[in-house]
Amino acid sequence: MAVISYREALNQAMREEMERDQDVFVMGEEVGHYNGAYKVTQGLLQRFSERRVVDTPIAEMGFAGIGVGAAMVGLRPIVEFMTWNFSLVAIDQIVNSAAKMFQMSGGQFNIPIVFRGPSGPAVQVGSQHSQALESWYAHVPGLAVALPSTAYDAKGLLKTAIRDDNPVVFMEGETLYGTTGEVPEAEYLIPFGQGDIKRAGADITLVAWSRMVHVCLDAAKVLADDGIDCEVVDPRTLRPLDVPIIVDSVRKTGRCVIAEVGWPSAGFGAEIAYQVQRHCLDALDAPVERVCSDDVPMPYAKNLEDEVQPQVADVVAAVRRALYLDA
Amino acid sequence: MTLPDSARVEPEQAEPTTVDELAPLYRQMLAIRRMEEAAAKAYSQGKIGGFLHLIIGQEAVCVGSIATLKPEDYVVATYREHGHAYAKGIAARPIMAELYGKKTGLVKGLGGSMHLFDKATNFLGGHGIVGGHVPLAAGAAFASKYRGDGRVTVCYFGDGAATIGGFAEGLALAALWKLPIVLICENNQYSMGTPLYRSLAVEDVSLRALAHGMARDRFDGDDVIRVKRRIAEAVERARTTGEPSLVEIVTYRFRGHSMSDPGLYRTKDEVEEWRRRDPLNRARERLIEVGITAAALDALEADVKAEIEDAVRFAEESPAADAYLPYVTKGAQ
Ligand SMILES: Cc1ncc(C[n+]2csc(CCOP(=O)(O)OP(=O)(O)O)c2C)c(N)n1
Repeated sequence: MAVISYREALNQAMREEMERDQDVFVMGEEVGHYNGAYKVTQGLLQRFSERRVVDTPIAEMGFAGIGVGAAMVGLRPIVEFMTWNFSLVAIDQIVNSAAKMFQMSGGQFNIPIVFRGPSGPAVQVGSQHSQALESWYAHVPGLAVALPSTAYDAKGLLKTAIRDDNPVVFMEGETLYGTTGEVPEAEYLIPFGQGDIKRAGADITLVAWSRMVHVCLDAAKVLADDGIDCEVVDPRTLRPLDVPIIVDSVRKTGRCVIAEVGWPSAGFGAEIAYQVQRHCLDALDAPVERVCSDDVPMPYAKNLEDEVQPQVADVVAAVRRALYLDA
Repeated sequence: MTLPDSARVEPEQAEPTTVDELAPLYRQMLAIRRMEEAAAKAYSQGKIGGFLHLIIGQEAVCVGSIATLKPEDYVVATYREHGHAYAKGIAARPIMAELYGKKTGLVKGLGGSMHLFDKATNFLGGHGIVGGHVPLAAGAAFASKYRGDGRVTVCYFGDGAATIGGFAEGLALAALWKLPIVLICENNQYSMGTPLYRSLAVEDVSLRALAHGMARDRFDGDDVIRVKRRIAEAVERARTTGEPSLVEIVTYRFRGHSMSDPGLYRTKDEVEEWRRRDPLNRARERLIEVGITAAALDALEADVKAEIEDAVRFAEESPAADAYLPYVTKGAQ
């Protein structure tokens, strides 16, 4: 299997789907002539021309809405937000138009659109450019929300997203673009709502998505030295959520830590914690633990940025709490 | 060389001036240039992180326009705001320390390059969402009208912001409610890698004022004195009649959009052409024309050099940022 970057996997997914279906097009700031602010759309303009790789001015509300309108009448837009931070300018079109159209029109209008771009805290870019917003979008019925953690997942999930007849919020890990992984040459799709065990283990379940999967895998390595065997479950899509894979894992291990980079209040981890207690109460040997960022807009200084975000040590500490190892 | 349409403002004579008027403005422009060059160096050494957007080449705009303001007037800017902050009266030391993410930084290391704020000098940011700050600026002007305090707000934004809702709505409300604001479009002809002709159907942003019955102006930003004279008219209008203006100043950034952008979408010739019109060099030549002595010019330049070296040393030696704000809780886990 070829080892390629997360960025290249996303690029392949778009290229292949654009080749397959003439109605698929890409639109966003700097996606064409500049080859993408994060180079995810590299080479697409040369391959598909300006008709299908559309550079927009800075007008998120406008081009998100244009995408939704085009989807109403049969195109399949992939709308790139330079980062998900800027989607907040367009959130009305995503929530009030894209997500509701199918229901609101009595099932007449599907909106086959993908909104995608980098998400999650980046490095030292301050409060307005460094935040995890998946809990916001996962709250809204009518949207699917995908957050791939590996190159393999990125390609398989993006192809599914593009073929989905409903709006998909596709959040790429801003700090994951350069990571590499095995991606098959043959075509594959990963269905939404199907989580993945990123590491099998017997003692405790760690639930995480996007970059936090890697933090949890690192924590699992540290804990393995103490003889603690972690299972790392990556739901891959928060909506739909693969509740059974989480429940099965927790019923097996009897303990659960949820690690997310978002803020604690009304964070998605709370939803998972609810599902776990609802379905696993009799199997739980300890309260469910959560690891989140501190409840604060992201500071700029590197040391404070690290302090605010969940680190390997925070996950390790939560696991030890769930195992009653530190009195 | 072909310039985009927007660059074709009518060439104008340099405005008459004196050493007394120009020397302090040149000093500010030079300090901003040197401060940003020092920041670029520190960034390439890994001492400054994140995004760093330099204003090098556009100094005449912030210096000339802020020179028309009183200390109590408000300034609202984008993420490309080190120059505006300095021109508003914030010292190089806390600016540089902020870029370094230090405790002694202007906002304690919490904001960084894109988010400078200073209540004492009425500098209201430093904003990272394109166009999102235009309504905020209108809000400050609203407060001035509400209180009748006679203050003027100046808001800066790029040509790229002209397409976004925040700008359109801020402009509409400022006009409707006749707010004492001067909206300054710093048209450096690119929004990131996108040249004007690919982002605006009509490249003259100042024409937007017509739809709102608002005063407008548009001119070349290569002469700091011209910027000062023309912005003074708009500021005076805001101050005396309470009416807003939209002013577009055509300028150019010599570097990429940020430190991570090599700027390959522009030809060497184009950049060279604009460098020949460098407003900093123009101001220096003009100072000599109007009679500054060689000794005075040398002293001024040595003074700036010392100031910026001191700011860098201060930033380097300052302690790391140590806490985010006390009212913030750790949150329920
Ligand atoms: C709403 C929003 N969309 C996209 C961005 C990313 N971005 C930051 S600066 C920029 C270009 C802005 O160009 P312009 O307004 O002309 O200002 P300049 O940088 O030239 O001073 C873009 C697209 C952003 N910060 N906010």
